[in-house]
Amino acid sequence: MGVVASGTKLVPTPYMVAVMMRDFAFGGVYDDAFSGTILTHLLASMQRVYGGFLLAAAIGIPLGLLIGKVAFVRALLDPTLSLLRPIPVTAWLPLSMVFFGLGPRSAVFLVFLGAFYPILLNTVFGVRSVDGKLFEAAAMLGCDGSRMFRQVVMPASLPAIFNGLRLGHGFAWILIVVGEMTGVPTGLGSVIMDGRTLSRPDLVITGMVVIGVAGFACDRLIVVLNNYVLRWSPQHRG
Amino acid sequence: MADRRPFLHVRDVGKTFQIGSERVDALHHVDLTIDKGEFVCLIGASGCGKSTLLRIIAGFETPSYGDVRVYDAPITGPGSDRGMVFQDYALFPWMTVRNNIAFGPRQKSLSSAEIRSSTEKYLEMVGLAKFADRYPYQLSGGMKQRAAIARVLANEAGILLMDEPFGALDALTREQLQDELLEIWARTQVTILFVTHSVEEATLLADRVVVMTAGPGRIESDNRVSLTRPRDVSAPDFNAVRRNLTEKLTSHVSRRRLKSVA
Repeated sequence: MGVVASGTKLVPTPYMVAVMMRDFAFGGVYDDAFSGTILTHLLASMQRVYGGFLLAAAIGIPLGLLIGKVAFVRALLDPTLSLLRPIPVTAWLPLSMVFFGLGPRSAVFLVFLGAFYPILLNTVFGVRSVDGKLFEAAAMLGCDGSRMFRQVVMPASLPAIFNGLRLGHGFAWILIVVGEMTGVPTGLGSVIMDGRTLSRPDLVITGMVVIGVAGFACDRLIVVLNNYVLRWSPQHRG
Repeated sequence: MADRRPFLHVRDVGKTFQIGSERVDALHHVDLTIDKGEFVCLIGASGCGKSTLLRIIAGFETPSYGDVRVYDAPITGPGSDRGMVFQDYALFPWMTVRNNIAFGPRQKSLSSAEIRSSTEKYLEMVGLAKFADRYPYQLSGGMKQRAAIARVLANEAGILLMDEPFGALDALTREQLQDELLEIWARTQVTILFVTHSVEEATLLADRVVVMTAGPGRIESDNRVSLTRPRDVSAPDFNAVRRNLTEKLTSHVSRRRLKSVA
């Protein structure tokens, strides 16, 4: 009521957002703490997104291949992983601050957690769903053991692995905002939080737009890579 | 002097499957010898165990009793001396035709020049030289099966095990591939064991037609086809052989049907 009476605009006009974006990118309008800082924040966020995402891929893919292929590893790890999986990543926020303190490492950890499960589960699924005939064909052509793994299991699982990477990448960009709410001074998530604290909705929306555009552009890069690596499979082109 | 040991010897092989609480006798005391260079067709109604027998010879499945020997050496698993051609091709979808054919040679420690020359030779033999850089999804069914045949030939497999390889193809392509297979067989002198449910196909291709029956799966009769090659499917003597084989194939089936009616 008070808001309506005082005529305060909580939702800025597109023009206000455009001005803010211009200032955020090049400065020269408001000349405050956010003017011309887009690259600082974008690079800080991307470092955390890709730190966490690449870590998730580096652990999730090999682990997924092992869990999918080796019954012993599956029996060993599957119960633990299945129990941890339903816990929402945001629920880890307080604990991650205890583990890693207030700062970027906590954000990287959350991004890692968010990207890890889709990558892991899709890799496991990929390995488990390789057509058995391909193993027979490879075996009769003299392929066995570790060569079978490298020459049949890995390429045959690639479509599912890429699917996991793409999903995980999406989650990574979602979680960066949550991760950067934990008191880091830079990053697009912190810009959004600052905008909220300072009651500057134009800044909030600017942060949202930049995250959206950056996430989209990076997703297209993954799709391009996906289409090149999976050029043998028309149904897996994005 | 010729080697007097049987080339491929299926010795008293049986296979029982446990499906739920039921035991199914898929193969029952099967004996079969095949000479080097022979073209043998296995025909029979579905469920007679012909595919199971082929998979046991390939080493994909182990028999419940008995064994399979190549020159008296029992087989213990899949091996590059026996190459399987599957009905649904089982080409590696992430490899081009050329790399599919080179897959077997690459498993051995051959020089890259040797791998290349053998790959090109078999690409040429099956008429796929122009399509060497295509992926399997870019090929027709007939071309895929040609690639699959070249893949086992390039692996220097002495025995080709073919499980209804032309079953999924249209009639025209099938005829063409039958001709090509006979040509390849004459050129390479490979031994072929070919599973089909078409009496005509067996009569056209085989030196010997082995008729199998179901329940339990066993060999009903072993028939030498002495028609001269190339064979003409419209010739009277071809027809006589085909009719004779059809009778052998169906007599058992109709006998069983009568029994179950009575």
